[in-house]
Amino acid sequence: MNKRYGMSIDIDKCTGCGACMVACAVENNVPALPGANDRRGITWMRVYRVDNGEEYPDRRSAFVPMLCQQCGVETPCAHVCPQQAVDVDPATGIVGQMPERCLGCRYCMAACPYHARYFNWWDPQWPAGMEKTLNPDVAPRMRGVVEKCNFCHGRYHRAKERAAAAGEKDIRPGEYIPACVEACPAGAIRFGDLNDPSSEVAAARHEAGSFRLLEKLGTDPKIYYHSTRDWVRQIAFAPKPGGKENLHG
Amino acid sequence: MDKDFIARGVKRCSTGRFLLWIAPWAALLAFGLYSAGLCLVKGLNQTNMDNRFPFGLWIFLDLTVIALGAGAFFTGFLLYILKLDELKAVISSAVVIGLVCYSGAIAVLLVDVGQPLRAWFTFWYPNVHSMLTEVTFCLSCYLTVLAIEYLPIVLKNRKLRQVPSFLVFEFELHKLIYVLAGVGTFLSFFHQGSLGGLYGVLRGRPFAFREGLAVWPSTFFLFILSAAAVGPSFIVLTTHLVEKLSRRRLVRQQALELLGRISGLLLAVYVLAKTIDTLVWINRTSPESGFPAAQYYSWKPFGTWILFAEIVLFGLAPALVLLAPRLRARRAWLVSAAGLACFGVALNRFVMTVQTLAVPTLSFDQFVSYFPSWQEIGTFLAVVAYGVLVYSLSFRYLQLFPEERELKMAQAAEESSAELVGRY
Repeated sequence: MNKRYGMSIDIDKCTGCGACMVACAVENNVPALPGANDRRGITWMRVYRVDNGEEYPDRRSAFVPMLCQQCGVETPCAHVCPQQAVDVDPATGIVGQMPERCLGCRYCMAACPYHARYFNWWDPQWPAGMEKTLNPDVAPRMRGVVEKCNFCHGRYHRAKERAAAAGEKDIRPGEYIPACVEACPAGAIRFGDLNDPSSEVAAARHEAGSFRLLEKLGTDPKIYYHSTRDWVRQIAFAPKPGGKENLHG
Repeated sequence: MDKDFIARGVKRCSTGRFLLWIAPWAALLAFGLYSAGLCLVKGLNQTNMDNRFPFGLWIFLDLTVIALGAGAFFTGFLLYILKLDELKAVISSAVVIGLVCYSGAIAVLLVDVGQPLRAWFTFWYPNVHSMLTEVTFCLSCYLTVLAIEYLPIVLKNRKLRQVPSFLVFEFELHKLIYVLAGVGTFLSFFHQGSLGGLYGVLRGRPFAFREGLAVWPSTFFLFILSAAAVGPSFIVLTTHLVEKLSRRRLVRQQALELLGRISGLLLAVYVLAKTIDTLVWINRTSPESGFPAAQYYSWKPFGTWILFAEIVLFGLAPALVLLAPRLRARRAWLVSAAGLACFGVALNRFVMTVQTLAVPTLSFDQFVSYFPSWQEIGTFLAVVAYGVLVYSLSFRYLQLFPEERELKMAQAAEESSAELVGRY
């Protein structure tokens, strides 16, 4: 049976430490670009801070790790790419990006409601010596192409190779996990096959307080968030400009 | 110096004066090419686009010039397919404008993509579900059609006509003109539509997302309609401008009025369709996606005024003027209404491109703004300069307005009879 990899992120557990962001960048050879800023940097995993809009002492904050939501239906980016540089792997449900085929038209970025796609505005470069720390399983991307989270595809292939070497047909649960999941010190991120009823993520999505971002768009995202706080769960919906409940990134 | 190349019976300014006219445009073109070169060599970091604003000035203006350039296909359709012979007076000018608009837009697109050398990938690995694939195929094919349509105009040049084989070739090409007009119309309908579809299919951007027929969202049809409506208006506007600059009559008023009437009629239909589409979007499409439409207009400066301006001020108002025979008979009203209509389509393309991207989709995201860099502005100015240069050269050396000679003689006759009347 085909897998449907997904994630469950417990916002109540996230401390906003950013370890997931660092682990993601290191694992996937994301360069630290000197000219990059908030809107031009590459952050496959990005932690947003939100608050309830109240004044002290009623002010409350939470952290929302954002990454590609791996849309499963009418995948906006895959749907619009003119040259099939984006695909949804039927075997895993992972939305993949082929930088070597990407034209850099950025139509996929305009299509993505989660702003989870990043363009390489500069040539990738690392400070002298740091190139030795590059992950050999992941090719750095060139200037002029789009990239995004692919659930650490390098790790997926390594896990497949290990399974094949061990004479197994498939990856066993827990053999393949993305770097952000591994790095989270609070255990806020869980990963697994949503089609496997025994997996943690499959169970987590049915828990009370579980929600997906912008679910009404009908794109079936595979990232489930969880919070017991009502105001945090409001982030699932469209922005409400001017309201007290307006959340701040 | 170059008088052998200028058509018989028409008067053009001296070579020196012409060189003075084109010199600033050539300088602007050089500056623009330098700007574009920077973007190609150093990358798109030379622009002010970013991950939240992946499309900017270039896409907005590309969509606008392609809509304005629709006069080429639509005039061809009216003349060769619907047999409105009055439009023979403007067809060559319309073809040049179309060629300039489309080739300029494609050139800017090549600068706008991160990997221009991979442009051919779209033909090699086409994603048939993507509206951009449809745009790429139709634009490239239609540009070829326009180039073929432009060729006979070039071959009619006084000097080139002296080469017998060119004459034969031009004659043979002219036989194809009905086929080319048909093919051009078909391709144009599709690429104008798919440019609208580019936004209409964006499920993740409820501001732009629209329902539609089969695979085509309503914006597909609205873009076709709006382009067909303003194309003739742009021909009116440019013809008037050329008449003013060259200080001579080029086209009979009736031909311009006919274009104005057609433009007004289509604009009225467009306004009606756009109103219905907006109502369906506000009341059904957007709320079903979880986005109450009112919120889009809470992000300043994009208030409801922009909707009013688009539909009423730059849609309904010029349509009514163009539909009123007495008003459109007066040149000032005709040209002003045509200008308003053209501005309206530019505003629509601006809304679809810039407002779509500026409005946040995530509750914890912010409204973002964007202003183009000088390299982006420079690159666009290169297209404007290129357009002016191609048009100026075509106007000087090719016969863009076949009625010019006749009108000149009529004017001379009028002047001499007035002189006689004055004398006696």
